[in-house]
Amino acid sequence: MANIKDLASKGNLFTPGHRACAGCGGTIILRLLSAAAGENSVFVGATGCMEVVSTIYPYTSWKIPFMHNAFENSAATASGIESAYRALKKRGKINKDINIIAFGGDGGTYDIGLQSLSGAMERGHKLLYVCYDNGAYMNTGIQRSSATPFGANTTTSPAGKEIKGKMQHRKDLTEIMIAHNIPYVAQASIFYWNDFVEKVKKALKVDGPSFIDVLSPCPLGWGSEPSASVELSQLAVSTHFWNVFEYENGKYKVNVKPKEEKPLEEFLFKQQRFKHLKNNPELVEELRRYLNEKYQSLLKKEECSNR
Amino acid sequence: MSKIVAKTGNEAMAEAMRQINPDVVAAYPITPATEIVQIFSSFVSNGEVDTVFVPTESEHSAISACVGAAAAGARVMTGTSSQGLALMHEILFIAGGLRLPIVICEVNRALSAPINIHCDHSDTMASRDAGWIQIFSEDPQEAYDQTILAMKLSEQLFIPSMVTTDGFIISHAMQRVEMYDDREVKEYLGEPKSPYNLLDLDNPITVGPLALQDYYMEIKVQQANFIKESKSKIKEILNDFNKKMKRDYSVVEKYMMDDAEFCFVALGSTAGTLRYTVDKLRKEGKKVGLLKVRFYRPFFEEDIVEALKNIKGCAIFDRSDMFAGTGGHLFNDIKSALYNSSSRPFVRDYVYGLGGRDIDVEDIENVYNDIKDFTENHGKGESVKYITVRE
Repeated sequence: MANIKDLASKGNLFTPGHRACAGCGGTIILRLLSAAAGENSVFVGATGCMEVVSTIYPYTSWKIPFMHNAFENSAATASGIESAYRALKKRGKINKDINIIAFGGDGGTYDIGLQSLSGAMERGHKLLYVCYDNGAYMNTGIQRSSATPFGANTTTSPAGKEIKGKMQHRKDLTEIMIAHNIPYVAQASIFYWNDFVEKVKKALKVDGPSFIDVLSPCPLGWGSEPSASVELSQLAVSTHFWNVFEYENGKYKVNVKPKEEKPLEEFLFKQQRFKHLKNNPELVEELRRYLNEKYQSLLKKEECSNR
Repeated sequence: MSKIVAKTGNEAMAEAMRQINPDVVAAYPITPATEIVQIFSSFVSNGEVDTVFVPTESEHSAISACVGAAAAGARVMTGTSSQGLALMHEILFIAGGLRLPIVICEVNRALSAPINIHCDHSDTMASRDAGWIQIFSEDPQEAYDQTILAMKLSEQLFIPSMVTTDGFIISHAMQRVEMYDDREVKEYLGEPKSPYNLLDLDNPITVGPLALQDYYMEIKVQQANFIKESKSKIKEILNDFNKKMKRDYSVVEKYMMDDAEFCFVALGSTAGTLRYTVDKLRKEGKKVGLLKVRFYRPFFEEDIVEALKNIKGCAIFDRSDMFAGTGGHLFNDIKSALYNSSSRPFVRDYVYGLGGRDIDVEDIENVYNDIKDFTENHGKGESVKYITVRE
């Protein structure tokens, strides 16, 4: 178990002074991620909010090596760094053990970077990929992605008179990663910070690729209060909007099974992106149906894989 | 001790890669460049090199991995062609902007549509503004030598390089190649050099930051300046290469130019056919020469203008078209270079050989007669002609 005092006393490897919005989930993810990984780590960030806010030349928020290449290729770039690391270690030019960590938003991960991610995972590079998943292209101004939830209003799936927001459910990227037969895959939420930190440590220990998808509240894109980001991260789990689980060596484990399940509306209506659903209860029902089905299916997978 | 072997262009480049012994090669196969990394991967499998080979799922990821590996301080190479180079396009600019010493073995092949697997220069020309050194090869020997040279240039100048051969014409044609000893190449190149090292945990750096209105301009002007300054350094490195490796290469190669009144200018394999035709025409008493452009990027404007100062009419051979209604790339560059020159020849563009269409001696003899007429008519008429086209 991680200790919050220990984590805090290590000092920030991802430092304050970056230009992220108040209440940004992404920066909390990066801070926890870098603290868990420690200073013997190299980070690669896809083009997106976190890259933009943390590296405005001539400043950087990174006290550890950080590289940005382009939008769709952070996994491929990290695979090159990992290959260089292996080659240079073999030649005796590097002695230290170094963690190679790539990250991207859902745009750079679920969509434009999916091929690059899939390739890197299949090739078996020893690297951790973390997706900060805020469910839309927030950096360009809240356009839909394949991670945007059903019903959400975005600037390219606007809630109008005929079409009430995004009419497709989210792509299940975590399951796609599991289908790559890699040693470690997980979903996390910043409310359960300890769970996330432990997952990072576990992921970095496996001999091969690992992937963690973290829900990343975005006050600007979700239309939520900046102060509500952590609360929303909890509500997302207790409403089954977002499941906290891991997949390790072929076995599923649901890490958080909410004792007190909350109505989905409590999560939805703290966000402007879902407000039009108040007048469209059948769409809320459809989302609820889908989410429950997903959660039940996850419980079954846990049961079956642990038999 | 060098040895004489028979190698295709692809084999020659793969052998050069083996002797260079890069830390990382990331690649994706594409006709007609496939063999280069295919042969190289057998060197990896048989332990003949120390390279970590990364068989990526696309050329975009191949060059992305190269960028990551080079930033991590590794010696890095890849190979590609045509659509593959086009898919790399976005990242080529990033490699140039980040000053990463990556070398691409590029086999010139026509771009789609229509899809075609044979030679023209449209792929390499489309990436000419990416801030890379671009070297054209006339034969497998040059492909071999220039691959080794390119690694040296990139590691000395921190500018990425692509060495090109002509698809099938060179890539698959077997010729005599004089190879150096492995040890000679190792000694010539020395230890890999990189501008910075992302894996240096004691000196953490941020690579590829966001630079806006307040810094972007200065950074790009720096790039323009170091590319400009690289020209004299390329000549120095080339002279050193010639001395150490016993070759006689120059950035632009002049053949029978001293007393020539007319000349041909070309890139790549066609230079061989042109040289043969120059010899033939010379026997008929015609004062004609050849200027072979070895380095297309950076563009050695001054050397080209100097070489053309006594020429009356200059026929420029372009194996690509800019689709701007103004002919091919080499023609536009040379015409522009000549504009402020006090003694400039009449220039006409001959776009030829697209998609692998053959060009023969008779075609070139016709060009000689045409550029002569064009010059005598003081450049009247179309400045761009498409030759080797079916009537």
